[in-house]
Amino acid sequence: MSTTKTQPVLQVKNLSTCFKTDNGIVTAVDDVSFDLYPGETLGIVGESGCGKTVTSKSIMRLLPDHISFQKPESQVLFGGRNLCQASPREMRKVRGDRIAMIFQEPMTSLNPVFRIGWQLDEALEYHTNLDKAARRDRAIEMLRLVEMPEPERRIDEYPHQLSGGMRQRVMIAMALCCEPDILIADEPTTALDVTIQAQILDLMNGLKEKLNTAIMLITHDLGVVAQVCDRVMVMYAGRVIESATVREVFHSPQHPYTRALLQSIPKSGARQHGRRLPTIPGIVPGLFELPDGCRFQDRCELKEQRCVDEEPALELHDERSYRCHFPLGGQA
Amino acid sequence: MSSTAPALLEVQDLVMHFPVRGGVFNRVISRVHALNGVSLSVRKGETLGVVGESGCGKSTLGKCLIRLLSPTSGSIRYGDEELVGLSHGDLMAHRKRMQMIFQDPYSSLNPRMTVREALREVAAFHSVETPNGMGAYIENLISKVGLRPEAADKFPHEFSGGQRQRIGIARALACNPEFIVADEPVSALDVSIQAQVLNLLMDLKDEFGLTLVFVSHDLKVIEHFCDRVLVMYLGSVVEELDCENLHADAQHPYTKALLGANPINDPDDRRPLTVLQGDVPSPFELPTGCAFAGRCPVAEDRCHQDRPRLERKTCGHQVSCWAVD
Repeated sequence: MSTTKTQPVLQVKNLSTCFKTDNGIVTAVDDVSFDLYPGETLGIVGESGCGKTVTSKSIMRLLPDHISFQKPESQVLFGGRNLCQASPREMRKVRGDRIAMIFQEPMTSLNPVFRIGWQLDEALEYHTNLDKAARRDRAIEMLRLVEMPEPERRIDEYPHQLSGGMRQRVMIAMALCCEPDILIADEPTTALDVTIQAQILDLMNGLKEKLNTAIMLITHDLGVVAQVCDRVMVMYAGRVIESATVREVFHSPQHPYTRALLQSIPKSGARQHGRRLPTIPGIVPGLFELPDGCRFQDRCELKEQRCVDEEPALELHDERSYRCHFPLGGQA
Repeated sequence: MSSTAPALLEVQDLVMHFPVRGGVFNRVISRVHALNGVSLSVRKGETLGVVGESGCGKSTLGKCLIRLLSPTSGSIRYGDEELVGLSHGDLMAHRKRMQMIFQDPYSSLNPRMTVREALREVAAFHSVETPNGMGAYIENLISKVGLRPEAADKFPHEFSGGQRQRIGIARALACNPEFIVADEPVSALDVSIQAQVLNLLMDLKDEFGLTLVFVSHDLKVIEHFCDRVLVMYLGSVVEELDCENLHADAQHPYTKALLGANPINDPDDRRPLTVLQGDVPSPFELPTGCAFAGRCPVAEDRCHQDRPRLERKTCGHQVSCWAVD
């Protein structure tokens, strides 16, 4: 990809996020590092509890301070600053303006008692110097950009008057109204039907090309990843276990977990009908009972003594990295 | 699946309208047309998939089939018996033969009952086992769904989502039914767990000789798991076809759109996803013509005026569309 030559817009280095719980401190995101370049879509995949949402909320500093903290070595470098050390005031300038986020459930993330127009206006009022009429024009323009039908009428409606797909369009319009450098989309289509999902993915792809926004797409749907992402980062129990281009991940996964995840999706169209699916035995270990060695060891079919004794490091091999003592190699 | 197997369940013209009340006297002010004349038959031993977007009536259909809802009109024949209009008592006796697996294993289990109590309640109510044999019967069930024996005395909150869905399956099996409606049983689960639960259902289906109706919004899962599929749109069946050659056989524009909107798991095969414009029409007032006409890429004038009927194309393939010959 040509964009890898340019400067990354966001650099995450050694990000570790911990939560204080009644049973002690757990590390939900453990030493995660990655770069995000302008105009690319980075997919973050993994099962529930693997830390993908906590990663994005840590970047945005949306986790409450009294129950969570970042380890001191954590760095989120954006615009020459480390966001982990930024003041709440500085963070407010970044959030919604330079980095915007879309959440999974559009109904719970929109305020039910205010009109769509008011909610779009909020960010514009805070981050721009436009007057009221200009802000309204801008809001309508944004709604048109996300292909909302009849934007002039919809802008005065309440969230409950919109369908799920339209609500998600409003969320995207809100996120994009200050033309952010980075858009973090946390499961943006999971709550939507496939036909609406197709509309939203189409829209996000178009916007990326128009505005050169960098997108961080958090999802558990590998089909979505295959269709829209440039690079993929696979997470497991708080760790990044593999990171590579989308082609490499799908055609020659190196980590046994990545391969197993790919195999366990029902294949569309193939002559697989009625066959048993390959599965990953067992479940993800709880963050309190993480094993000493590789975190995937109990579910791995290639496990050996070394996997129990020492945890593999995330090593870089020809622009792709994986965390495994016995990578699959070659074409899987 | 042999197409000559006798029909276990025969549904004719099922209609389900939910009244909406309001105003000063709490009168019926409108109706939600959830099912508008659905006919289907399920043969013994087969797995019938029901697919469609949210609000298409697929869950309502599932609930009507085992009479958790009383349909407005229509007929549901199970074996020789008519289920519509059956009294509560007769229905209870009948439920021994038909059970349901729910989507959300969190909310469909009683949080104050251990797994053993939940299973015993079902088995004792339907007297499938004597009190003396109950302990062994329940432990056997628990191992059948792939849980450890010590799971019997735990509460639902002590399990993960996938394990809870296994408990939901064990509860459905506890009265030894022959027919199960599974309403989105894997939608709330992660992919690796989804595969485990699908395999489990496949094994249990063979072992217990079950007939299944599998409701899902995920066409990939349906295609993999079911023998036949009903595609529903706004309370009606628009196409019924075999799952074996789903991609080649699909003829209704809506079925094709659903297939085309599913992202393919191959980064080298990036194609524009089929994007349907617009949303599903309101179920309060049905359009006069074809319900799909407003979003259909091949709609003509006729489609907006006359509603097409479900017509048989070949054996086991029915389509309701004017554009399909």
